[in-house]
Amino acid sequence: MILVKIYVTLKDSVVDVQGEAIKDATHTMGYPGVSEVRMGKYFELKFDDSTESLEKDVDEICDGLLANPNIESYRYEIAEEA
Amino acid sequence: MKFAVIVFPGSNCDMDLYYAIRDGIEQEADLVSYKEESLDGYDGILIPGGFSYGDYLRSGAIASHAPIIKEVIRLANEGKPVLGICNGFQILTEIGLLPGTLTNNRQNRFICKQVELVVENNKTIFTNKYNLNEKIMVPIAHGEGRYYCDEETLWELNENNQVVFRYSQDVNGSVEEIAGITNKQKNVLGMMPHPERAIESILGSDDGLKLFKSMLETQKNGVQI
Repeated sequence: MILVKIYVTLKDSVVDVQGEAIKDATHTMGYPGVSEVRMGKYFELKFDDSTESLEKDVDEICDGLLANPNIESYRYEIAEEA
Repeated sequence: MKFAVIVFPGSNCDMDLYYAIRDGIEQEADLVSYKEESLDGYDGILIPGGFSYGDYLRSGAIASHAPIIKEVIRLANEGKPVLGICNGFQILTEIGLLPGTLTNNRQNRFICKQVELVVENNKTIFTNKYNLNEKIMVPIAHGEGRYYCDEETLWELNENNQVVFRYSQDVNGSVEEIAGITNKQKNVLGMMPHPERAIESILGSDDGLKLFKSMLETQKNGVQI
């Protein structure tokens, strides 16, 4: 099994309103030193070992579904799993 | 004129649209499941508001891969009128029939209220019954209605008169108060406000009725656009 860890984040040019709300909560908790929070999404996809063109598949899944290229960017790591 | 109202799991304005067509402009409408693979025989496609697939991942993201979508794209490319309202607008941007994206309101809250819109382009199949710059009252009900696009896209939208409705004041942080846009060919309209909830004065406004009447007028008599 091949494990792919995918991180989707908002582009810097897009205001992250959920991140702002989380930042406010950290201040309420008593951590005034938090100057910014950017929220993202994390996905784990498992692929069969026999999958050819793995990176092409992952790119297509990210571009077509997991991330919206207008407002989000993504990066991923590929790890082997027993 | 025969309309298809596409129903996804989680659509919740489908009956309002059905009612707007059947009782508002007295035309035919069918509720069509997202699982269907043909839209043959329909003159117009309506994608309703709601929370398709619970807004999982992003609003509209999963619906954009439903079986019916290929047909929606085919009819749009044939020039048939396609109207997406609220979640329908979000779906149309996710499938790429309309540019830009709808994301969380600037105030990060769901907003449900009557708002004033300005008709910015009345030379479309959806707005020919309105006057240019007419102010209309239509309700909004959305958490992810902030229209965002890059500057190049914004320039193109303005250049091609694709911005059809603007909020008369800022309600959710949308770029240039954009509330509704068409594609370049002007046969696909997406808008966050709900004209189907504004077809009877007893419900607060009937300013939305002219949008549906405009589509009918185009079908019957053709409209120079």
